Amino acid sequence: MPLDDPMGPAITTANGKGSAAPNRLAVIDGDIHPAVRSMADFKPYLSKRWWDHYETYGMRRKHGSSNGEPYPKSAPLACRRDAWPEEGGRPGSSLRLMQEQHLDAYGVEHGILGPLGNTGQGEMNLELSAAMCSATNDWQRDTFTRPEKRLKGGLVVPYEDGVASAKEIERCGADTDFGQVFLLTRSSEPLGSRRYWPIYEAAERYNLPIGFHVFGTSGHPVSGAGWPSYYIEEGAGHSTSCQTVVTSLVIEGVFERFPKLKVVMIEGGFAWAPALAFRLDKVFERLRSEVPHLKRRPSEYIRDHVYFTTQPMEEPDDRRHVLDIMDWIGWDKLLFASDYPHWDFDDPFRAFPAGVTTEQHRRIVAENGKSVFRLN
Amino acid sequence: MSADWKGAIDCDVHPHVPNIDALKKHMNEYWRETVEVRGITAFESVAYPPNAPITLRPDWRADKAKGRARADTDAGRTAAALMDRHGFAHSILNCLYAVQLIRDEHMAAAFCSAVNDWMRAEWLDRDPRYRASIVLPLQNPELAVEEIERCAADKRFVQVLALAMGEQPLGKSHFWPVWKAAEKHGLAIGIHAGSSYHHATTGSGWPSYYLEDYAAQSLAFHTQLGSFIAEGVFVKFPKLKLVLIESGVTWIGPYLWRLSKFWRGVRLEVPWIDRSPIEFVRDHVRLTIQPFDAPASGETVGRLMDQLQSDEMLLFASDFPHWQFDNDDMMPVGIDATLRKKILIDNPLATYARLV
Amino acid sequence: MTRHVVARAADLPPGTRKKVSVENRDIVVLNIKGELFALSDKCPHKGASLCGGLLTGLVRSDGPGDYQYERKGEILRCPWHQWEFDVRTGRSYCDPRRMRLMQFPVAVEAGASVVEGPYKAETFNVSVEDDYIVLDVP
Repeated sequence: MPLDDPMGPAITTANGKGSAAPNRLAVIDGDIHPAVRSMADFKPYLSKRWWDHYETYGMRRKHGSSNGEPYPKSAPLACRRDAWPEEGGRPGSSLRLMQEQHLDAYGVEHGILGPLGNTGQGEMNLELSAAMCSATNDWQRDTFTRPEKRLKGGLVVPYEDGVASAKEIERCGADTDFGQVFLLTRSSEPLGSRRYWPIYEAAERYNLPIGFHVFGTSGHPVSGAGWPSYYIEEGAGHSTSCQTVVTSLVIEGVFERFPKLKVVMIEGGFAWAPALAFRLDKVFERLRSEVPHLKRRPSEYIRDHVYFTTQPMEEPDDRRHVLDIMDWIGWDKLLFASDYPHWDFDDPFRAFPAGVTTEQHRRIVAENGKSVFRLN
Repeated sequence: MSADWKGAIDCDVHPHVPNIDALKKHMNEYWRETVEVRGITAFESVAYPPNAPITLRPDWRADKAKGRARADTDAGRTAAALMDRHGFAHSILNCLYAVQLIRDEHMAAAFCSAVNDWMRAEWLDRDPRYRASIVLPLQNPELAVEEIERCAADKRFVQVLALAMGEQPLGKSHFWPVWKAAEKHGLAIGIHAGSSYHHATTGSGWPSYYLEDYAAQSLAFHTQLGSFIAEGVFVKFPKLKLVLIESGVTWIGPYLWRLSKFWRGVRLEVPWIDRSPIEFVRDHVRLTIQPFDAPASGETVGRLMDQLQSDEMLLFASDFPHWQFDNDDMMPVGIDATLRKKILIDNPLATYARLV
Repeated sequence: MTRHVVARAADLPPGTRKKVSVENRDIVVLNIKGELFALSDKCPHKGASLCGGLLTGLVRSDGPGDYQYERKGEILRCPWHQWEFDVRTGRSYCDPRRMRLMQFPVAVEAGASVVEGPYKAETFNVSVEDDYIVLDVP
């Protein structure tokens, strides 16, 4: 039975007028992107030293672009055409529109933010990176999570500096306005490397999950095969970068060292996960003498520690294939995410294929996120 | 000999170059002297550490006590372990001597020629059932084309060989002269797991463990498949067959869903892709079945096979001498007799035009 | 088949579009260079309102590097996932057989005939002096 028949609320999604239908699910959205109207929004949160530095030298990341994208997106700022605020500014910069068009319209009880853009993450000057990340967190709190209690922040950290990242988690981690520590998948070294462990130690201490969102500027092509030409390849490749993260966390022993750590893979889809787990188990069986620090099979660490947001929803021709995948991953490990206001947005009531039961749907859309994002 | 395997075509067998002297015999005087003068001892990569368990199955390892070299250095012993034992019709040789590591394109070409000629003399000439892939100096496409032209008259070469991790994705137009030559001669393109190590093995740099490097191979295949499709290689060269060798198989369905979904939204960027990427893959892309990344559950394997939505995509391979299976368990469980026959015989014959 | 008066013609000049609700159905009416098109407003993929989409040209290709641009402004792209719909056929580019928009006959009628005929015009008054956009909805 298609979900949008019994579950679809009486809403008009495009122009934002939501109507509270009875028995609607209280949606937990694992991926909403807030944006600055312009970089000036960060100015109050930066010292004069760092604002002047930013104005003089700009940001430098490992892709060489100061303005523009090496892989231009399929829409301006990769956003829905209907998400540009009337009052100007970028999609995601207007709390009013985000409330009206998204939180109210879909009955979002909690939305987890993931700030992207010039947040300081991946910046090569590590001190600037730390200053910008702090500014992003403070701006996020003042602009979104304090005025709108349904929103929970993504605590951005200058992840290429593990110690500075841990400090930022110390600074903000006790504040329940934050629902996750936010990292990007394409880091300078594989994310299981020791240099990143202070982040995991601090996150575990505050019971914050680590959200690994696709993107980032590692300076490396998405795989050892080199740099592809097209955005379609870059976009499809995000699932590849997620696999690199999960492989590294598991094999380098992060979950053995931080047994309470939870991680969330964001915006890379999820259909890749079973095949990766099968592969890692198989290779592990043969090569376990190389990694004696691992006490269990890779799939067991994945099963216990890794959550997956569902967006962009997998859409095979035959829906049974994606139902198999969801079965293999576990219905308790999948978290709905919309990616609002980006173009490959998922609607919580239409994204899932027929065959997902009402109860399974409820868990993904309204239940599983509660314990992951510190919402209880 | 088991009737179960009779007539099968083994699409991935690795002959091992025992030492540089074996190749020197097939070099001209300049390169022979260069090898000596410059003290070149080998081009071997870290892809298969000789003592790592995956590199050689225990019974195919060297045995000093018995005075026996590793089985993959000898055409006769390899034939005994595979074609004689099981009644395979053919074994296709993919030599992984690491010519891809070489930065000097001329030296790379010299070593490729030596490897190809060594395979002819020491393997193809020793047993008529062997077939082989032409090892290519992809450091320079023109030199790679020359090597194809030099070898193609020998019909025992049925494929050209590249590694999953090179300088740039193999669908890019830089390589089209090579694929054009392959198409002209009816040679399939084989991409085998492995790296030139000219890039880090993951999108986030170099991992700590060999295990991660091996696991990362399948990710490079994602990139290569996306590249062949997006760049329009199959539009440009409609007769080409692309074989992904030792890629792991089960990653491909999910990746194609993602690629095809993306295509629906961004196809304006690549308008020559006028149908879903999945359709190109069904027409042009094949995968060898060892290793097969799935648990030993017939039910799970059955569901994974259904994701392919095709019974023509898989090719039998032993991946000899890599330790992918024990005894004779070369076929994943859960594959029925009809599909099994297609994987063993029909699909390889349909893929390798020069086999028939 | 019921005929519905959905707008005054003067309110939908070339280059504009309007979303209307008729018989519980959301329909987008587009005026493209003076030609009217009426299509189901709801994207058959995930339900976005197509009225917010961009009109682009159709791009075809004979091979890598070849870009043939034609029919400027006749392809309606979903504001969410960017699927392309041909305003003349309602069909999607990527899956023309299964993913298509319902089309509705649409025309400009003189106010005089609209006033007399069996039309429904619920939201505004019709006068004999003006022209009106009329939709046929089954």
